[in-house]
Amino acid sequence: MRIVIIDDSGLRATVLEEGLREAGYDDIHIIPPRGAFVARLERMAPDVVLMDLGSPSRDTLEEMLTVSRALARPIAMFVDQSDEAMIGAAIDAGVSAYVVDGLRKERVKPVLELAVRRFSAFAKIQGELDEARTALSDRKIIDRAKSILMNQRSLTEQDAYALLRSAAMNQGKKIVEVSQALITASDLLGGGGL
Amino acid sequence: MTTDLKIAFLPLTDAAVLVAAREQGFAAEEGIALELVRSTSWATLRDRLVYGQVHAAQMLAPLAVAVTLGLSQQPAALAAPYKLNVNGNMLVMTSDFAAALEPDVARRIADPLGTAHDFAAAIGLWRRKPVIGVVHRFSSHSLMLRYWLASAGVDPDKDVVLRVLPPSLTVEAMRAGEIDGFIAGEPWGSAAVEAGLAETVAIGERIWRRGVEKVLAFREAWLEENPAIVDRLLRALAQAAAWCDDGGNHAALAELLAQPRYVDQPADLISRALSGQMVARAGETPVANPDFMLFSREATPFPWRSQALWIYSQLLRWNMVEHDAATAAKAGAVFRPDVYRRALANSDVAMPGASMKLEGAVDLLLAVGSRRGELTLGPDRFFDGQVFDPERIEDYLAGFVAGR
Repeated sequence: MRIVIIDDSGLRATVLEEGLREAGYDDIHIIPPRGAFVARLERMAPDVVLMDLGSPSRDTLEEMLTVSRALARPIAMFVDQSDEAMIGAAIDAGVSAYVVDGLRKERVKPVLELAVRRFSAFAKIQGELDEARTALSDRKIIDRAKSILMNQRSLTEQDAYALLRSAAMNQGKKIVEVSQALITASDLLGGGGL
Repeated sequence: MTTDLKIAFLPLTDAAVLVAAREQGFAAEEGIALELVRSTSWATLRDRLVYGQVHAAQMLAPLAVAVTLGLSQQPAALAAPYKLNVNGNMLVMTSDFAAALEPDVARRIADPLGTAHDFAAAIGLWRRKPVIGVVHRFSSHSLMLRYWLASAGVDPDKDVVLRVLPPSLTVEAMRAGEIDGFIAGEPWGSAAVEAGLAETVAIGERIWRRGVEKVLAFREAWLEENPAIVDRLLRALAQAAAWCDDGGNHAALAELLAQPRYVDQPADLISRALSGQMVARAGETPVANPDFMLFSREATPFPWRSQALWIYSQLLRWNMVEHDAATAAKAGAVFRPDVYRRALANSDVAMPGASMKLEGAVDLLLAVGSRRGELTLGPDRFFDGQVFDPERIEDYLAGFVAGR
């Protein structure tokens, strides 16, 4: 069974490929959805195509599946339309799967289940990374706003933070939003906000 | 009691009514907590609706018909009781290619037939078939582009290459030289113009003065099982649409849409379609097209069955579906004026008396039969003067073949 993974994120594709190889599948190819990826895919004649549901290139792929004369057998999305739980899990995990006509669902199901598990695990790690990154940049912005206040209003660090916090509460905003506004204003006014 | 509703959308200016319903509190007034789910491809938006991950979706009208007819992956009966807008598309091409067309962009846009013939003549001089991006096989854009090309004898399946790509990738594809032009919903045409990559070649509103565009689509079964919720949502959308049409709100609306969680493009680009001030070539004075995108006036949201049938006629014309009476009836029934009437019965929204009309027959403003209030329909001509009679689809199509 030839499996093609179309993915923009090299890391996610690798995580998925690794899992599939461990499970005994060895005809696996990764194509990023750029340039003439559709022509490459056509030449490979895959049995199963796995693609990130969030990829903007899904419409391009589906058009190719509709009009291609090179593919011997039609490819349709998911294999067992009656298995709603499976489809729901796949969509939640962000997996879309296209399977050639006639491939038995028992053969495809383990591949799909594995893709769902690996995609979910990857999304979790990604989410944690994003959260950490946001927290870090939020802290930098607040620190900068604090030092502007400390310099221009001769406040202690503690008082500067308290001022930001009460301004945020009064305006119903987040501290980071108030801090960002302060930095912008300071830049505009040439306050040399450090 | 608050009802949670999820609606999928794509980052496009014509998501305006949904965004305004949420952000300006129109949904909340009807007791609806609206969650808008951003999608980056029509395929994913479709899957989220068909497999029940969202309650409704901002859908290309032809895609709603195609899914119902089983032409786009898993067949599912969809129902569209409300049109989110009419018009809003723009065809742009690289400056190289546009050099073969009328240089005065205002005149070029005002004369789609002349421009189509200029385009047809230029194909022969071009070193290869022009590659034009469309956002989906079953998009209003693709159907309009085909209509426009065919008017000058260009066969859209043979003389050009139509490449499907999502609106958000159009500008990059043009920069990379993968496409020579594209037709998409705003603000993507304007983004390509602003980047100095392209010029406006045609705008949707001049191809069909009142072209059916995005609809609010539900799964038919869910729509039938939840009439009270559907009615509340439609009332909220009608209020939001009136707000969106009001020129005084366009600046605020553009700011709302510009946010990263919606369209994520500069407010300046977004406001062009809202105000109809279209910059057709970077740095030039805008060309005024006040009807570039409509949300509320002229009963814009009313889902005329004749418009679903016009879509069906175009699917037939391009051999995307086999003709029979049952299929035609199924396509027409995707649009649900009955639900629209029920939901907005006690509102001040003007209500057409009929559910079908001739499409393309109105030259100037026309006062028409209405159950309540004044209803004026705007000019809805096709640029080639053809009139679509939904009860004579075969005659209509025969007219095109003869004209080729």
